[in-house]
Amino acid sequence: MTHFPLTDHIPSLRRYARALTGDAWAADDLVQDTLERACSKWRLWVAGSDLRAWLFTLMHNIFINQARRSMRQAAAGITVNVDDVESEMTAPETGTAQALDLQRCLLRLPEDQRAVLLLVSLEDLSYEEVAKITGVPLGTVMSRLSRARSRLRELMDGPAPAAAGAPTQLRRLK
Amino acid sequence: MEKHHDSYTSQDAHGGLMHDRINAAVDGQLPAAHRAELEAQLAADPRARGTLAAWQAQREALRALHRPLLDEAIPDTLLAAARQGEAGRRQIEQWRRWGGMAAAVVLAFGVGWLSRSQMGSPAPGQLAMQSSRSFVHQASLAHAVFSPEVRHPVEVTAAQQDHLVQWLSKRVGRPLKVPVLASQGYELVGGRLLSGDGGARAQFMFQNAAGLRVTLYLGALDAAAAASTGASGNSAGAAPTNTAVPQPGNLETAFRYSGDGPVPSFYWVDQGFGYALSGAVSREELMKLAQLVYQQL
Repeated sequence: MTHFPLTDHIPSLRRYARALTGDAWAADDLVQDTLERACSKWRLWVAGSDLRAWLFTLMHNIFINQARRSMRQAAAGITVNVDDVESEMTAPETGTAQALDLQRCLLRLPEDQRAVLLLVSLEDLSYEEVAKITGVPLGTVMSRLSRARSRLRELMDGPAPAAAGAPTQLRRLK
Repeated sequence: MEKHHDSYTSQDAHGGLMHDRINAAVDGQLPAAHRAELEAQLAADPRARGTLAAWQAQREALRALHRPLLDEAIPDTLLAAARQGEAGRRQIEQWRRWGGMAAAVVLAFGVGWLSRSQMGSPAPGQLAMQSSRSFVHQASLAHAVFSPEVRHPVEVTAAQQDHLVQWLSKRVGRPLKVPVLASQGYELVGGRLLSGDGGARAQFMFQNAAGLRVTLYLGALDAAAAASTGASGNSAGAAPTNTAVPQPGNLETAFRYSGDGPVPSFYWVDQGFGYALSGAVSREELMKLAQLVYQQL
């Protein structure tokens, strides 16, 4: 009987979701949603094709839809920003201040840039595969990747976010 | 929906290309052909070198960020969801397998049907093959019996062709047409009515200048088909074919050669009617004549 190793992909899905959302609970919810989506969409998966790429595609779509929904909520006055959820953010397992800082800066990137950067960096996916997963042309992947890396570098090297107009209670943890 | 608020989007095309190459180098996706070129560019561009180093460090930091999660025990809820998904997938595979088997059975059935039809059988099964063989055998026998006749080779002569055609059409239950074989040097002698296993048979006799005779023997192999095609009243205009088209009531076969009888024959089935052209001539000549007949019927 054929084995369908959904389980084998859970660790990498969890790591990606964690970096994407910055939150342990939100990440596992995202993984759960992805697995459930896979259950209901099995018929769309072509047997023998890349299961990992398909799962990351499902996760990407769920994540982007959630992000758009929260953007609409923000537009409607229900403001949620990184600073408000800072206290809820669980520290990365590495526990270093630098890791926490990196995660916070990641969350300051636009969702689509963050997704491309993480898919490329964490999953070693080719640019073409990332283009398929995110549903955008290869050129867009490349420009998003450049922007994400440039912006993340600025954020990490730059002054504390407080100086960039963020609320004063936000400070860098050193 | 790209946001154009950071300074890098305002860079020229060269800068974009440079970034693409640095990205590719950082991610191990730079084609070998571009490596030397990038190295040369980096040697001349301290800022690009800085970018490369920063992005490399960034990539390593990102990969280290949540790495312990990869080895952490998977929460039960996620495991349950995954196992449910795997079970669901196996079910789908099973259904597909069964569906595939069902398709294979249908295919085998279809191939059987097709090959059976290609055997030249106008009616189902072995019986049909026998009837087709007996048809061509009877045609050959009828040829052997009547073609040597000097005084009464036919019942109705070519002089009364209209009457001949009308009469035989009525008896075999289908409008007949006498093919013209003059291009091969054969003229109509006349025709007669015979009885075969499946009912009435018509025989048309042709003769060439040398006195050599060929006969066309025909009749309904499938009573139902004969009735329906007889009603439609059109047996002419069909193009020659070497492929079987198995349709109920519209049985066709490719030309087949039979050397079993007293004289060789080419025979075929078209719309439920059997045709056999027999004569003590070469196979090639008989084939040509048979094709000529087919084209005109």
